[in-house]
Amino acid sequence: MSIEARRVEPVAVTPVTAAGPAVQISDVSKTFGRGDTALLALDQVSLSVAPGEFVCLIGASGCGKSTLLSLVAGLDQPTSGEVSTGGRRVSLMFQESALFPWLTAARNVELPLRAVGMPAAQRRARVAELLDLVHLSAFADKRPHQLSGGMRQRVALARALAQDAEILLMDEPFGALDAMTRDLLHEVLEGIWRRRELSILFVTHEVREAVRLGDRVVLLSSRPGRVIGEFPVEFDRPRGMDSAQTVELAIKIKARLREEVIRHGN
Amino acid sequence: MATDTSATPAPDAAIAGLDKLDGVPPQDKRHLGERAWAAAWPKLLALVLALALWQLVYLTGFKHDVLPGPATTLQDLWSQLHHALLWQAIGTTLRRAVIGFALALVIGTVVGALVSRIRPLRAAVGSLITALQTLPSIVWVPFAIILFGANSSAILFVIVMTAAPAIANGLIAAADYLPPLLLRVGKTMGLRRLSLYRYVIMPATLPGFLGGLKQGWAFGWHGLIAAEIVVIIIGQPSLGVLLTSDQDQTDMPGAISVIIVILVIGIVVDLLFNLINGRVRRRWGVAENAA
Repeated sequence: MSIEARRVEPVAVTPVTAAGPAVQISDVSKTFGRGDTALLALDQVSLSVAPGEFVCLIGASGCGKSTLLSLVAGLDQPTSGEVSTGGRRVSLMFQESALFPWLTAARNVELPLRAVGMPAAQRRARVAELLDLVHLSAFADKRPHQLSGGMRQRVALARALAQDAEILLMDEPFGALDAMTRDLLHEVLEGIWRRRELSILFVTHEVREAVRLGDRVVLLSSRPGRVIGEFPVEFDRPRGMDSAQTVELAIKIKARLREEVIRHGN
Repeated sequence: MATDTSATPAPDAAIAGLDKLDGVPPQDKRHLGERAWAAAWPKLLALVLALALWQLVYLTGFKHDVLPGPATTLQDLWSQLHHALLWQAIGTTLRRAVIGFALALVIGTVVGALVSRIRPLRAAVGSLITALQTLPSIVWVPFAIILFGANSSAILFVIVMTAAPAIANGLIAAADYLPPLLLRVGKTMGLRRLSLYRYVIMPATLPGFLGGLKQGWAFGWHGLIAAEIVVIIIGQPSLGVLLTSDQDQTDMPGAISVIIVILVIGIVVDLLFNLINGRVRRRWGVAENAA
């Protein structure tokens, strides 16, 4: 088990498997606004996620992480370059659970199934199965305001999974949770990812979380966002947030991040 | 490598434990009677104080020739309640109110939905709707009488013109405060246009929409009574007609009785709206905000 940091500049190239990547981001740039006030949020970003791969995206503020996820989700268009998910279904999860406050936990999970016109009996069975997956069967009839932050994120995860997506995009989904809850959710997520063979693109600012979860940790620079490094995580799962290996790699990544922030200070 | 406890497999037990600790505090479950009393006693107290104040003014002898005391007036009201005329009038006025409000609801909702979603339309008529709302209801009466003649249609028209802008404005304001994140979530689920409306936009704007309805009702009720005072239809007694005839006969106890009836209807409708509002607030988990 070796911990090795591979730095790729200026663009990260990832091996593409035979089946083709689940997510392929090629030379994507995104500019907001026009003229003098235009802001280059992403600059020639290239990144791919193999089917079944767990990729963590890390960067200081202003690196366009959330913009990148919006592009992959198809909620926004790149100014130049190309984003492809090969026709796979994509679902998104945010730092806020963004549950619908007027629906119970079960109804929230059910909504994507309604959206695709699944018959009621089938929907009920699917919802029960999904809630069980996130250990929330006992809370099916509770409304979001009756649930804790961790429970709400689990409902949000179940709702994202209900969309039968092969690609899961996660935007700091556990950023607002206490450490104990977050650690448990890491285990839940890891289990689901393995069983369902999901491809996950996971944005976080917590370096250890990235090392804990990712097959690869990709580093983005700030203003404009650019891929400046890539760290494969090659030691065995399940990993601990506080294990020596995790900490060792996290220190390396943090050092690289710091270089990047200092560059902006000068 | 030391074993890492945070990576122990089977997190089920730990999750169950956390969930139990995170348990939701029990909700306030008072009986219906208790809740009704809690809502009623401040109103009763206010009523008693108002009657006492009225009696005090009466005792000072202010405008003694025309201003009756509470005792005379309540007697008059009591006897009117035993005659068909008052009930007929209440029936006519309430029927107009319901039909007019239903029309305003449909028109206000359609206009509000369109204006809130279509940008150029918003720029074109957004401020016009607000301006309409500030227009005193009585200004529509001459217009309506010329347009329809002195009949029920004219009265319904006044209700719609006063209630619909408030309803539309409520919906527009609610749509403005729609959390963008919820829209994004709806879109990633594959909800588009009509289904996005049905499953996300409509339920999300419900609380603001209810506020608009309540305001629309208040405006429409103003307009209705104002129009009824002017538009007198033979053989169709209404609360407005009763007020006019009381004025003609200088029957102050009669006039105050009708005003009391109008106030009571207003209070009952307000209670109905509060009931619906309370239900929605509890669903959304914002009931604690209520004073």
